[in-house]
Amino acid sequence: MAIFLDQNSKIIVQGMTGSEGMKHTQRMLKGGSNIVGGVNPRKAGETVEVEGKTLPIFGSVADAIRETGANVTVMFVPPAFAKAAMIEAIDAEIELAVAITEGIPVHDSAEAWAYNVSKGLKTRIIGPNCPGIISPGKSNAGITPSDITGPGPIGLVSKSGTLTYQMMFELRDIGMSTAIGIGGDPVIGTTHIDALEAFQDDPDTKAIVLIGEIGGDSEEKAAAYIKEHVTKPVVAYVAGFTAPEGKTMGHAGAIVSGSAGTAQAKKEAFEAVGVKVGKTPSETAALMREVISSL
Amino acid sequence: MDLFEYQARDLFEKYQVPVLQGMIADTPEEAEAAAAKIGGTVVVKAQVKTGGRGKAGGVKVAHSPAEAKEAAARILGLDIKGHVVKRVMIAEGAKIAKEFYFSVLLDRSNRTFLSLCSVEGGMDIEQLAEERPEALARIPIDAVKGIDSAKALEIAKAGGFDDEMAAKVAPIFVKLYEVFKKEDTTLVEVNPLVLTEDGKILALDGKVSFDDNAEFRHEREDLERDALDPLEAKAKAMDLNYVKLDGEVGIIGNGAGLVMSTLDVVAYAGQRHGGVKPANFLDIGGGASAEVMAAGLDVILNDPQVKSVFVNVFGGITACDAVANGIVGALAKLGSAASKPLVVRLDGNNVTEGRKILADANHPLVTVVETMDEAADKAAELASK
Repeated sequence: MAIFLDQNSKIIVQGMTGSEGMKHTQRMLKGGSNIVGGVNPRKAGETVEVEGKTLPIFGSVADAIRETGANVTVMFVPPAFAKAAMIEAIDAEIELAVAITEGIPVHDSAEAWAYNVSKGLKTRIIGPNCPGIISPGKSNAGITPSDITGPGPIGLVSKSGTLTYQMMFELRDIGMSTAIGIGGDPVIGTTHIDALEAFQDDPDTKAIVLIGEIGGDSEEKAAAYIKEHVTKPVVAYVAGFTAPEGKTMGHAGAIVSGSAGTAQAKKEAFEAVGVKVGKTPSETAALMREVISSL
Repeated sequence: MDLFEYQARDLFEKYQVPVLQGMIADTPEEAEAAAAKIGGTVVVKAQVKTGGRGKAGGVKVAHSPAEAKEAAARILGLDIKGHVVKRVMIAEGAKIAKEFYFSVLLDRSNRTFLSLCSVEGGMDIEQLAEERPEALARIPIDAVKGIDSAKALEIAKAGGFDDEMAAKVAPIFVKLYEVFKKEDTTLVEVNPLVLTEDGKILALDGKVSFDDNAEFRHEREDLERDALDPLEAKAKAMDLNYVKLDGEVGIIGNGAGLVMSTLDVVAYAGQRHGGVKPANFLDIGGGASAEVMAAGLDVILNDPQVKSVFVNVFGGITACDAVANGIVGALAKLGSAASKPLVVRLDGNNVTEGRKILADANHPLVTVVETMDEAADKAAELASK
């Protein structure tokens, strides 16, 4: 097993015919993902040859689901059109929607989220502004390189894309059940807690690495959740100790305002519930090795 | 981006939120002229993006144009918590009967919007929230439905307004939500919202923050922006995601999280090497071409504080050979302008080829180190010499 994504996932790509969409459709196919089509209203009915596979283009997510049985969509849609793409996916009630797009206005993300709530949360949204989700050896929905590591007992949840890759690389000999990049925007569809809950219930996951960064209170809430609900070992890493107040560090959500959202506060929240926090990614990986060897 | 008070005032006016007359002045003479034009008693207010202006002497009442000139002369150039006053706003005076508080903001913790409201305004709202939380209403706002007349009344009543006053302020809340929504803001705050002695409601001071991600759908070219550090301005012109910091180790990496982490790892390493610190945040993103790498190195090597540079790349989508070619190409392009030692750590996609390219180039300034922690240590050591 794995969380949210496995070998049975049938993936469509919204914005597949754009340059980013095409590049990553190729990469996902090469990595073994089962991609069954693309969505572009202006190219409905056409087909595209990718990696020796003929993929149909549908006019809407709903059409694609009806024709292919797709249950996952990955979005490579420019920021100006991302809200419409998310709402279309929610209306089609697709199980999982992965929004890769960076730079979406937060009002658009907040509206899409409110819409998803009003529709009864039938769609799990991951992102936006994230690398997506990979269950190594099973499926990859997003831009994470497929070959960093194979299947294994570690579940990884991270706000940052490159830190996800870095941690997968550090622990490549052990492997992962699922690695999920939840994204660095202020409003995201899947939180640290959602991933923790799923990893706790996933028999393949024996231990969890949680990567956070400055901004918001997702890590503090995760710490409280771990205390109450997570019995599997968790180690954490938090980036941004040296970030000055009021300066955005790359991610729209990575900003320290006043005393809220500092790396120190997050580290303390984890340590208060017995979660070990590594000072560097390597040290965090070393902590996870200790955990794994003692299981 | 946070707005100056005068910009928030202008924006409110555009949406028919009642405000007082206000004019900006960059010199005492302009302040005098503005005060003459407005007439009567005016308030001269420092335009800085920080709290505590009043206590710092940044707000003065003037009863004549001559007094306004004198007040402006005192306020302009004042340093308020590190913000030097370059501009003042001359605002019409008002006889205030009561002060209230209203805001609407992004509540990222709950993935929605939130309105805060209190009939007790004027004071530091964080203090009110701490000392008497029951006096500050917190009403969640659905991002799709927003604030309509009914919601506005609900907010006002929850904030402690009586029926008569609630009916007066509610239409203003609706307009302020329009500002919040249509201008793509993450915060619209009015503190204080006032009732004047002659029974008018006015937004006396406002804070507005724009969402940088939404700039593409607004025309704001003419808006006064914060003065950038010269290196930040240069980086911005080259479309680089750069933040200047106060240290000696220049940092280049790919991905916001990895670069933030690199800064931390360098700061830890610096503790072993005379306290050197990271000099900047610079994320070159996914496509690290020779041009982007050259532009990044160009900015960092022009920082006189920088003593060494740490290039930290994990090849995910980017291949390490492309990054290595970028570094070699950048150094060739920069020639003798490249004068500071570079520590390079590459991992991931095509790392063997990438390291080979750097080894073959054998540039005297470049040291290749295998792990991120060791590379940070080396870069800190070089910066401390």
